[in-house]
Amino acid sequence: MATVEVSTEKKAEPPQTSVPAPSKPKTITLRISRFNPSENAETKFEEFKIPVQKWTTVLEAILYVKENLDHSVAVRYSCRQASCGSCGMKINGKPRLACYTKISELESNVVTVEPMNNFPIIRDLAVDFKQLFSTHKKMKPFIINEESEVQPGAKEFIQTPQDLEKFLQFSYCIKCGLCNSACPTMATDKSFVGPQGLAQAYRYTADNRDQGKKDRLKIVDQSHGIWRCHFAGSCSNVCPKGVDPAMAIQLLRGYLLGFRK
Amino acid sequence: MRESIIMKIHYGTALGAVALVAIHILMRMSQKYSDSLQYQNVIANYHLLPYALMLEVILVLLSVHGFNGLRVILLELKQGVAYERAINYGSIAAMAALVAYGSRTILMAGMGVS
Repeated sequence: MATVEVSTEKKAEPPQTSVPAPSKPKTITLRISRFNPSENAETKFEEFKIPVQKWTTVLEAILYVKENLDHSVAVRYSCRQASCGSCGMKINGKPRLACYTKISELESNVVTVEPMNNFPIIRDLAVDFKQLFSTHKKMKPFIINEESEVQPGAKEFIQTPQDLEKFLQFSYCIKCGLCNSACPTMATDKSFVGPQGLAQAYRYTADNRDQGKKDRLKIVDQSHGIWRCHFAGSCSNVCPKGVDPAMAIQLLRGYLLGFRK
Repeated sequence: MRESIIMKIHYGTALGAVALVAIHILMRMSQKYSDSLQYQNVIANYHLLPYALMLEVILVLLSVHGFNGLRVILLELKQGVAYERAINYGSIAAMAALVAYGSRTILMAGMGVS
């Protein structure tokens, strides 16, 4: 007769994995600046109670309001990954990208969102980028070179890593306008070119493939151009892409003062 | 005039003024400070041609630097074609007036006219 051995040892249990307990949603107060130029001339704040997780971004909180509480809130957004530069706004007083700012990192139960400074307001949190884009365009943001790479028989433009390093960080600009919003000069001087435009002027001027230095320096060398920068450095402080427009402005000044060739 | 040229003048006048005002202060220290402000000593400074010339240069440097600084501040404060033109020409006029008045003082003191 066959016998079945029954092990008296306790069956080994699968190793315990440390699965974090689902975090409890926290409720915060989101204060949204409301302004509709066609209806009234006064800006007011509306408060909304929002459930947030530790990963909730400010943009998600605003979209929660739009979906569930008040769909009339005006906000511009697109990529949700800090690439398009659409959702710039003042969050708890500092210009930031809403999609790139987690509510948990603000360490506050009250989050105030306002439109960026130094831009005309279209409605609520959406601002007009007309001047930003027009200034950017004025800086000729392209390589100016009589010789074209596409011409048959033309050689490639040699660029060493050192040459690239001179301007690479400035090519990361996503035109979100946060630097212009933080600029104290732009707050009073509406004709000022602004850190975004000046950084882009430097980006192309420093490119060894470019031959448009003379044109660009002429554009920035105006009474409301590069010389009006006070070097407060706020632009570099708020850039979500790590661009340092304040440095670009100083380097560009070097060309005009004859320190750089 | 291009803004970069104006700003080069602005920085140059600042450096020049710092250097010459330092000499001016050192000259005050060649004797007791209170003595250096005695009427006769002050007039003697104006009678010394190199010193009078240095005072004239300081006057020009500080006027150019100061009024250009004021121009820049006013341009940042408000914008507009007519306003900016008024500020630019007004600054030049004020600068010229101050240099003329200061030069008159240096000249009169140097020539002994009171």
